[in-house]
Amino acid sequence: MTDTSSEAIDKTRVHQSEAAARRRKARANAERRFQTYGVIAVLIALAALGILIFSIAGAGVTAFWQHSIKLEVQLDEAQIDPEGTRDLDTLRRAPYRTIVRDYIKGMFPEVTERRDVRTLTKLLSTGAVTELREYVLANPDQVGSKVVLHVPVSDDIDMLLKGQIDASLPESDRRVSDQEIAWVRALQDKGLIEREFNRRLFVNSDSREPELAGIWGAVIGSFYTMVVTLALAFPIGVMAAIYLEEFAPKNRFTDFIEVNINNLAAVPSIVFGLLGLAVFLNTWQLPRSAPLVGGMVLALMTFPTIIIASRAALKAVPPSIREGAVGVGASPLQTVFHHVLPLAMPGILTGTIIGMAQALGETAPLLMIGMVAFVADVPQSITEPAAALPVQIYLWADSPERAFVERTSAAIIILLSFLIVMNILAVLLRQRFERRW
Amino acid sequence: MALAEQFDSSNVDIPPGKGVATSTEVKMVAEGVDVYYGDKQAIDNVSMEILDKSVTAFIGPSGCGKSTFLRCLNRMNDTIDIAKVTGRIYLDGEDINSSEVDPVQVRARVGMVFQKPNPFPKSIYENVAYGPRIHGLASTREELDDIVKGSLARAGLLDEVESRMHEPGTGLSGGQQQRLCIARCIACNPEVILMDEPTSALDPIASARIEELIDELRENYCIIIVTHNMQQAARISQKTAFFHLGVLVEYENTVDIFNNPRDERTKDYISGRFG
Repeated sequence: MTDTSSEAIDKTRVHQSEAAARRRKARANAERRFQTYGVIAVLIALAALGILIFSIAGAGVTAFWQHSIKLEVQLDEAQIDPEGTRDLDTLRRAPYRTIVRDYIKGMFPEVTERRDVRTLTKLLSTGAVTELREYVLANPDQVGSKVVLHVPVSDDIDMLLKGQIDASLPESDRRVSDQEIAWVRALQDKGLIEREFNRRLFVNSDSREPELAGIWGAVIGSFYTMVVTLALAFPIGVMAAIYLEEFAPKNRFTDFIEVNINNLAAVPSIVFGLLGLAVFLNTWQLPRSAPLVGGMVLALMTFPTIIIASRAALKAVPPSIREGAVGVGASPLQTVFHHVLPLAMPGILTGTIIGMAQALGETAPLLMIGMVAFVADVPQSITEPAAALPVQIYLWADSPERAFVERTSAAIIILLSFLIVMNILAVLLRQRFERRW
Repeated sequence: MALAEQFDSSNVDIPPGKGVATSTEVKMVAEGVDVYYGDKQAIDNVSMEILDKSVTAFIGPSGCGKSTFLRCLNRMNDTIDIAKVTGRIYLDGEDINSSEVDPVQVRARVGMVFQKPNPFPKSIYENVAYGPRIHGLASTREELDDIVKGSLARAGLLDEVESRMHEPGTGLSGGQQQRLCIARCIACNPEVILMDEPTSALDPIASARIEELIDELRENYCIIIVTHNMQQAARISQKTAFFHLGVLVEYENTVDIFNNPRDERTKDYISGRFG
């Protein structure tokens, strides 16, 4: 049909024309531009993540070590256990404060003034006395011999030694006096000050003294909270998802429920906290600050995530599997539990882990139900007052002591590590079990 | 046109003596069956008798309702929310649509093989053992082993898979998977086997094996097969039903449908004028 018209576009050569070449060029440019935008977007995201990680790691890494003083003391039996019974009560009440004070005084015989002695003693953390007592209680047979302990210096001295207090500032502008600096230098010259790994950050619970504060209590509190959350949210969420996806009739009412579940996922978390305060605490009279209530509130928050993820996972199981099972005479229940659910499980677990990771990092609802209280003990059960990791971070960030700044960042690093581990687990699960049919 | 000639009735060879029902025993009876998908009527007043120990083929253009009607015979349409089935369908004289009948029980007696092979993502052994296990057909491990092996043997698959019974069924070839599905179906000890285009996803060689298998199974089961392939219907069935727009147009011995169709629509379809 080449002879129809000379004015019309020559259709035989339309793809070789100049206009076509222009279109091709414009198309290629558009694609290149789009890819450039994409690369820029990825770079911005990476930069933001990099800044976040470096700023937190930079501020927090120093908290992982700590300066301590070598405490070399003679455990005088006459002083600690004059009757020689090794009775724990006697050992507990021994004058360890005096032992520590005398030791440090012995380093500087020229210091005699009462006030100066007190300042001198304050170079050491108050934890020095406690740790000496704990040591003796754990090793009563050491009484009478000479022991060497490494006890932490006070937080201000630690800050000074880490270079976070500038000694060149005028004396009135810093928290450490010239005299204290001189004493610390003298101790350093004697080789008594050492830098060690800050295990107290991991094994201690919260404390008013930064050099003694640790996250262990918060980790256990978070653990109990997560156990409660998982125990409530997983079975109820998965059951709801199975019912809605596999059994419920599709009508206006179930549509309404679906819309509401999706809305629930978008409710600000603090609202769940208010609900917990009003219902769980005020109406049901459950204990305040307890992982039980924290877990219940976070379970409410995690439900929608688990339901939505589980429904998506169930929906992704090919209908041919259901047909095959129904075709050999499996009942609806057998079809779901023998065939559909096992295939959907990786997806359900992935969603659950992601929901749990969200819950682990959640602070606002816990503030509402009183988990923000200062708790220096490790909780022994889910009904005891406890802290949680994100709340611990919040509390430390709110503390005036300079040494809590680095500990706040360190706690964030630890929380992020937990979250990263959980997310990696979710990814591995997904890859491991993905699409076996 | 050349393409139509391929499907011309004169090209469908039915060997002498084939394509004729030999059994007289009626296994299933449908009476005035209507199926609605929402407001749309998919099956209009279908009544037919299906013979035991023979292969009945349902043919017809796409969307004619042959698969829908097939799924009525084991109440598979129950699983579709919007589908509504009325009329009576008897299996050995019992109305399977009555409210006293358990659809799960019906599906154990009327097995089904699907268009796309759909083995469970489990081992070959587990695929076949699943049905007998949930229906309590075996009381000991040995009995179950026998059922599994027997079913695989009848499906002509045992020799190929005997050494790898515990490997996933999804690792087999398409044709083997479909035979595994047939074995899975036979293992439940059904009386009727419904097949919904069982070879349409397979290559010609695998299809030929399935056809042979269907011909062998006919001796023991009532087999109903939906097919788009008219040569296949001619080769393996004794009775053929032609559906068009939800209506059962003609239902005769296969040889009569292909050689002397009475209805104009049947003639047009098998001679390739539409569909």
